[in-house]
Amino acid sequence: MLSRPGLLFAALGAAAIFLPFLTLAANRIVAGQGVPIWSLAQAAPGLVALVLGLALGVISRPALRLLGAALGLAGLLWLLVQGSNALLSDAGEFARVSPAAGFWCLLVVLSLLMADALGALSPGPWARAALLALTVGLVALLLRSGALSDLSIMQEYASRKSGFQTAALRHLGLAFGSLAAAALIGLPLGIACHSSARLREATLPVLSFLQTIPSLAMFGIMIPILGWIATAVPGAKAIGIAGIGFAPAFFALVLYSLLPVVANLLAGLQSTPPEAREAARGMGMTGFQRLIKVEFPLGLPVILAGLRIVLVQNIGLAVIAGLIGGGGFGTFVFQGLNQTATDLILLGTLPTVALALISAITMDILVELATPTAERTR
Amino acid sequence: MIEIDQITKIYDGARAVDAVSMTVETGTITVIVGTSGSGKTTLLRMINRLVEPSSGDVRINGEATAEMSKTALRRRIGYAIQGHGLFPHYTVARNIGVVPQLLGWPAAKIAARVDELLDLFSMAPEQFRTRYPAELSGGQAQRVGVARALASRPDLLLMDEPFGALDPIIRARAQEDLRRIQRKLGSTIVLVTHDMQEAIQLGDRVAVMDAGRLVQHATPAQIITEPATEFVAEMVGGIERPLRLLSLIPACEIAQDGQIEGTPLPAQTSLRDVLAQCLASGRDAVPVLREDGTQGQVTLAAIRARAQSRA
Ligand SMILES: Nc1ncnc2c1ncn2[C@@H]1O[C@H](COP(=O)(O)OP(=O)(O)OP(=O)(O)O)[C@@H](O)[C@H]1O
Ligand SMILES: [Mg+2]
Repeated sequence: MLSRPGLLFAALGAAAIFLPFLTLAANRIVAGQGVPIWSLAQAAPGLVALVLGLALGVISRPALRLLGAALGLAGLLWLLVQGSNALLSDAGEFARVSPAAGFWCLLVVLSLLMADALGALSPGPWARAALLALTVGLVALLLRSGALSDLSIMQEYASRKSGFQTAALRHLGLAFGSLAAAALIGLPLGIACHSSARLREATLPVLSFLQTIPSLAMFGIMIPILGWIATAVPGAKAIGIAGIGFAPAFFALVLYSLLPVVANLLAGLQSTPPEAREAARGMGMTGFQRLIKVEFPLGLPVILAGLRIVLVQNIGLAVIAGLIGGGGFGTFVFQGLNQTATDLILLGTLPTVALALISAITMDILVELATPTAERTR
Repeated sequence: MIEIDQITKIYDGARAVDAVSMTVETGTITVIVGTSGSGKTTLLRMINRLVEPSSGDVRINGEATAEMSKTALRRRIGYAIQGHGLFPHYTVARNIGVVPQLLGWPAAKIAARVDELLDLFSMAPEQFRTRYPAELSGGQAQRVGVARALASRPDLLLMDEPFGALDPIIRARAQEDLRRIQRKLGSTIVLVTHDMQEAIQLGDRVAVMDAGRLVQHATPAQIITEPATEFVAEMVGGIERPLRLLSLIPACEIAQDGQIEGTPLPAQTSLRDVLAQCLASGRDAVPVLREDGTQGQVTLAAIRARAQSRA
């Protein structure tokens, strides 16, 4: 038996092999020249691993497909390292090598193959956590080893190491800080809405409206509002409130986060089966005890799902903070756009995507762990 | 003792419960029966103030419930909700231990009580303790629901159709279990059902509700032999009335002298079952044990005479 998605991946992968694999440019700004896989020196082992990996991916046994994906990725890495090394050794001093369409397509195809195989194996939450840790560890090791330092994006990184660190901290601060603030506001608000239908009917439409404001507009609106607050409210400036920078970006993100937090909290609290709630009342639990012992734990998966939405959304949206001087990876993206320096854009984009992926997977694991055992095993 | 005094609940102008008065004696089972929507659940829930009465009073041992704190009142009354209402995220043990835990019992005492209750309902503790409600059959879940209501040894228990989801065999066993436990602990139970057979078998007193009113409150025998209204007679079921009556009378009550062949039936076998035995075996008499342990017999003629005398 063959795996149908595997066949599709193999076909796509085979086609991608014929796309330009690397781009060689004379310097960091000019457009480069595409280089196909077969004209790379010492490409054979990598190419063999790649083809073998894709072929294994066709087999219906998920474990073999997983092995195929891993093998393919290893081949891809080999080609990347060997290829960039070889290309640069024959090129000028300012020459830059970066991955091209072929590499990205193969990366996507192999990742999809891996996701598909993992999905079929359906590992438990702890196995997934271990797998995630392993992957992150391997990638970190790879980046630190210097094997990739010939790549254009890594050179871009090397020339802004400290800037990158500041941006990373800023980005994390924006995404997680706004999540924490939204949770801090949203939790009491959601609980209040849960017990009062009136408050609920007044609050939810406002939050939904906030959610519909386009993100650029939201960040834009924050500038005059916070600028005004900074001048009008004494002491506001002292705690870092200003028209541009961290504050407006942070507030915009918090406003965006409120709806998912409150709506999911409400949905979670209200998902308690009515009989369980009645039984809790009948046994003499106070309103607070019902909330803590019954409604909250039962709604926890839905509540965490809300936080997951917010976290992933904010990691992405925080890029826009770069536009109003809020820092974060967006700084690189917008600088790169201005200078038409693709590598700089990637330097902002890739960590953002990785961060979003890691957060999403971690939160999914937490959601699953919060689900009552019996329901999980059914 | 629970005194219900002229209690009324009005929902949107309609009287769900209409001026009901009755007294529930300590240590007895009172079964409330009636058709769907007749106000049984509402009446029951006004006892522990899950529903606040529109007018009227409930007193427990002379103390008006309206003056007690709701949570304190509910913690001293066991409550088994219609459908089991178990907490899906708690194991069986934690579900049963909810009220003792609210009352601040030490953990060891709660654990011992949980095992005792599981034993009582013939569910092996080591097997069921750690299960989640989703891992129980409907009948097991309902028994755990009843065990939970009993957990803190409340002297008063309210049960809303506790055996609704059970098949006839398990149901009969659960009814027996409840009866046995109630006798042993001397608890006062108010139980709601729409099944007249269950009411007659389980109740010391039966309260029949019709459209929010209490139409008769009497012993099972009186309900069968002297129905107060057409409605009660209909609930008892015209044709089945003699059988219902027979189901209340133990065989030893009309056992006569005479040694006949066969293994004797236990003394407490109901006359209804004895009759069934006669019909099934095609005999005119079956051997039964008497209260003193000697053997006697029950004849078809005696059963007929007994059924006619009161029906
Ligand atoms: N919260 C409520 N609001 C409005 N009407 C209600 C409410 N609760 C019950 N009622 C009405 O009161 C009447 C009695 O309801 P109750 O639940 O006491 O019936 P029941 O005898 O327990 O029925 P069943 O055997 O189906 O459980 C019904 O007509 C019902 O529609
Ligand atoms: Mg009811």
